Amino acid sequence: MINAAKRDIPQDVLEKSGLPLYEEVNPKLGPRETMALDERLSKKNKILPGLEEAIRQVGLKDGMTISFHHHFRDGEKIVNLVLDKIAEMGFKNISVAASSLSSVHEPMIEHIKNGVVTHIETSGLRGKLANAISHGILEDPVIFRSHGGRASAIKNGDLHIDVAFLGAASCDPYGNASGYTLDVEGDAACGSLGYAKVDAQYADKVVILTNNIVGYPNMPCAIPETQVDCIVEVESIGDPNKISSGATRFTKNPHDLLISQLAAKVIEASGYFKEGFSMQTGSGGASLAVTRFLRDMMIEKDIHASFALGGITSQIVSMHEEGLIGRILDVQSFDTVAAQSIKKNKYHCEIDANFYANPFDEGSALHQLDIVILSALEVDTDFNVNVLTGSDGVIRGAIGGHPDTAAGAALTILTAPLMRGRMPTVMKEVNTVVTPGSTIDVVVTDQGIAVNPRRPEIRERLLKARLPVTTIEELQQKAEKLAGVPEKLPFGEKVVALVTYRDGSVIDVVRNIED
Amino acid sequence: MINPAIAGTMESGDIMIEIRDSENKGIHIELESTVMNQFGKQIEKVIEETAKACGLENVDIIAKDKGSLDCTIRARVTTAAMRGCGKTEFEWK
Repeated sequence: MINAAKRDIPQDVLEKSGLPLYEEVNPKLGPRETMALDERLSKKNKILPGLEEAIRQVGLKDGMTISFHHHFRDGEKIVNLVLDKIAEMGFKNISVAASSLSSVHEPMIEHIKNGVVTHIETSGLRGKLANAISHGILEDPVIFRSHGGRASAIKNGDLHIDVAFLGAASCDPYGNASGYTLDVEGDAACGSLGYAKVDAQYADKVVILTNNIVGYPNMPCAIPETQVDCIVEVESIGDPNKISSGATRFTKNPHDLLISQLAAKVIEASGYFKEGFSMQTGSGGASLAVTRFLRDMMIEKDIHASFALGGITSQIVSMHEEGLIGRILDVQSFDTVAAQSIKKNKYHCEIDANFYANPFDEGSALHQLDIVILSALEVDTDFNVNVLTGSDGVIRGAIGGHPDTAAGAALTILTAPLMRGRMPTVMKEVNTVVTPGSTIDVVVTDQGIAVNPRRPEIRERLLKARLPVTTIEELQQKAEKLAGVPEKLPFGEKVVALVTYRDGSVIDVVRNIED
Repeated sequence: MINPAIAGTMESGDIMIEIRDSENKGIHIELESTVMNQFGKQIEKVIEETAKACGLENVDIIAKDKGSLDCTIRARVTTAAMRGCGKTEFEWK
């Protein structure tokens, strides 16, 4: 057979190989382009005129799983936008697998009532949506996963994503997408797209929604064009000023500062505070504030950290700029300063959730962590921690990276006030177990420090440093003496959520609350 | 009671107590609390005991609780009772 290059290709060889014969114009590729770059950008690209076209083009069907990221936290705008459109187009039985959800997603209640959304997988739930789910609005239990648990579930296929709808602060016409815009100060940036990167890598179809289409190539990027099917321009993808509301606010509360100061002293005496150590601070007033005291200690003793991991705050950024922290590994930027730092600081590195916290990868960054400082809604005398349900039994939080980092770090410090108002934080049994007590080493409260009996060497070191060490039982009794014994919460029989551990196993369930 | 009286604030960890004379016999408590499910009964009990100890008989008590401890509840109820009765001599314990 003579092909278009005028070469004779033997018929039997061709048939045996199963390969097609060369043609000058492949119908799938079309004729060669000779337009200059600027013309191509506007005429041949992946940009679609609207969300509806994108939803059609990726072939969304009833019963499919769609995913979102939560890098804008409470300023997030994509979930509501996409679900409204999906509902309008008449889809039903959609499974929403977001990296997390918050108060801003209240409109999802209507979509649940109308049968548009019938299943949710997330790291957290807050506000009225969380309240409705705690009261049993969703037939199918919500599946809660940690950030590391979600990443590994996506990678191993337990969580299959049909279509990912991912907001990006900038994107070029071919899909190179980023959580910030280079060369623009103070843009609507969320910084790292660490969670979204996993979705983009493993979802069958990827739609990028962006408020900012920039020239090619938008490099460095978080999500490469090779993973992107189409792009839709929208007015806004999120409000960066709402990223640091709530859980990641920097505290001025003297109570929190007292606890964080004590936690810094625990770090100093723990045996892990030495040149080249690695650290992470979780969200929550006291745990974030530890960095303030840690910084002074590091300067005083001339100790430097090799890296800081996780949710990154402005405090971590300024310590990096001062030369106290070598590398920043950023899966999620916790405030606008961190979001802007990624583009100017060469060693502020964006990492994805598998790199951060995959439990089955020995190389995951959190397996190299020396110290993590976490917070808690409740901790019990077995050191089990709840960060998901409130003292009223209603869902009001997020697992986040709590169980991942607690298990990964060599030293896990939990900071919490002994009481919040009348509610004891240290109790006999937490409402919901999110992080198992076997991975919590030290509990720091305003009324003393408790060390897990599994870590006697840490207890010895803290006692030697004359820190106020007591036992977890004593803390629990102290709280009970002040508050009294709370009555049992009005839980019903219906399971409204499954709480999974980082390895995908079920560690607890959340039951409905009856009024 | 000479007049209705209020003590306390709506701050977290506090309780706001409003006491007024009632047309009905006994102490009637209307409680709102952030920890209703866990401590509602205990809070009502402390309010009632304190009101009785202050010598109140036929009153309506409106309580808005933001997670206060028993000692705070006693202090607020006692203060509201004294204000309502126009009493200015304090019996410090």
